[in-house]
Amino acid sequence: MSRLRLTGISKSFGAIQALSDVSLEVAPGEVLGLMGDNGAGKSTLVKIVAGNFRPTHGSISIDGDVVDFHRPRDAQRQGIEVVYQDLALCDNLSAASNVFLGREPRRPFAGIPLIDYATMHRRSAELFAVLKSETRPRDLVRRMSGGQRQAVAIARTLLSNAKIVLMDEPTAAISVRQVAEVLDLIHRLSDQGISVVLISHRMPDVFAVCSRIAVLRRGQLVASKPANQSSPEEVTGLITGAIETA
Amino acid sequence: MTTLEQAISLSQHRSPVSRILNSQIFWVFAAAVLACLALTLMTDSFATQRNLFNVTRNFAFVGLIAIGMTTVIASGGIDLSVGSTVVLAAMVISVLMSAGSPFWISALAALAAAAAVGFVNGLLIAYVGMPPFVVTLGMLSAARSLAMVLSNNKMIWEFGPDHDLLLWIGGGSTLGLPHPIYALVFLAVLMSIVYRWTRWGQYVFAIGGNEQAATLTGIPVKRIKVSIYVFSALTAGVAGILMAGWLGSVTTNLGQAMELTVIAAAVIGGANLAGGQGTALGAVIGALLIEVIRNSLILLGISTFWQGMFIGSFIIIAVAFDRIRNLRSAD
Repeated sequence: MSRLRLTGISKSFGAIQALSDVSLEVAPGEVLGLMGDNGAGKSTLVKIVAGNFRPTHGSISIDGDVVDFHRPRDAQRQGIEVVYQDLALCDNLSAASNVFLGREPRRPFAGIPLIDYATMHRRSAELFAVLKSETRPRDLVRRMSGGQRQAVAIARTLLSNAKIVLMDEPTAAISVRQVAEVLDLIHRLSDQGISVVLISHRMPDVFAVCSRIAVLRRGQLVASKPANQSSPEEVTGLITGAIETA
Repeated sequence: MTTLEQAISLSQHRSPVSRILNSQIFWVFAAAVLACLALTLMTDSFATQRNLFNVTRNFAFVGLIAIGMTTVIASGGIDLSVGSTVVLAAMVISVLMSAGSPFWISALAALAAAAAVGFVNGLLIAYVGMPPFVVTLGMLSAARSLAMVLSNNKMIWEFGPDHDLLLWIGGGSTLGLPHPIYALVFLAVLMSIVYRWTRWGQYVFAIGGNEQAATLTGIPVKRIKVSIYVFSALTAGVAGILMAGWLGSVTTNLGQAMELTVIAAAVIGGANLAGGQGTALGAVIGALLIEVIRNSLILLGISTFWQGMFIGSFIIIAVAFDRIRNLRSAD
């Protein structure tokens, strides 16, 4: 059974047809690379899955159950987490505080619920260990490398027991060494049985980490095939339209 | 030989001593202590009991509001209306008391008036999305005008049946310490705990650090912003009530230009005007330094007209230091 199934998703903004009849499946633990030129509809598709937009037509189902998201909160409740391109972290707080932001565990002290830092530090250390990241829970995010910031953002999704993690250009603005770190993190998520949808422009990253590749062109899905049966040349052709479909 | 990793971990985990030496609060405190020592040696009048009593009490008023201001600044906002909230609260309590109301009811009404000012500020900033600078600048004018309307712009110096109680609460002392100091110490300790150990405190700093991230993680950013401005106004309200008792009379120019002194105290104490940083202890020590300098100007016979110059320069210099530090860490 597929973890995430999109059936006939269309979305129009007034006269503009951003997506037309997109059907796509993602298996548990599968890493799907979503590719396409600017304006091809990748971000719209991700925003529909994340609950930011409602599709004009079509349905979304998770583990076989049809879901209907009105707000991002609804999607979060169904186990969908988004790692934003700018990572949405608070630089002035520690790694642990960021992982738990909005979900701080509390322990009553003299009847007053105070934040339980001991639990936060221990749990985040465990999550960073799962991700095999060297991030330390007490360090301020301001002092961290791009790879460590990614680890913090991804640890947030582990904390909420996500089923599906959507990642928008996670490797766009970081160094080569950090890219390798992030790709490792994606493997770790996949090892945990979490499905990942990766939006990226970087062909090598997509082929390094994705088991399947889907290509959007002008709002239409033109390919969805295993990565090992495709090639960067074919995908480039699909993105530009030199190759019609595959 | 030290490897690069070791060098990095050394630079990230400084010893306690170097952490103290790197903290702004330490240096500001050192400056205040030095100024006190210099004044003790240079003048006969500084280290007198009466002068020290005045200094501690004056700085308590600024310190109280500076804690509220630090909270606002840490959340990435600014509150220019605190000086006017001071006079509004002082006027509400004095008008009610001179009309015969007991102290506690009048004090509650004064705090309610202050909270209402903060509530309107917060609603306009959080829900209408107006810039804090503009909203609170408007409120600076509106709240003071309201105080003038309330009192018909007259001085009030008779506070009805609880007259003595008000004067004792604001101007009296217990165990040799003026009462406003007790209020300040209580609030500083309380807020130090709240900032670090409560969700509300964490969210104040999260909003100041990255408001969009705070929203995305599901923090009720708007509600918290309203509560921050209410809190700031309440600290001004408490200071207004205490000042009414201290002065024994209330005029409509009470608290004029106090917002700048308070902002200067918060910024000198380490609150970052860009948001995300600040401590209650810093606000107190910033207020202390400003009051010592202000007092020294008077004792050294320098014209008090220079005060504004000092406070203005302090704000600019403190922000300049912050810029330099940011530039260095960006390298």
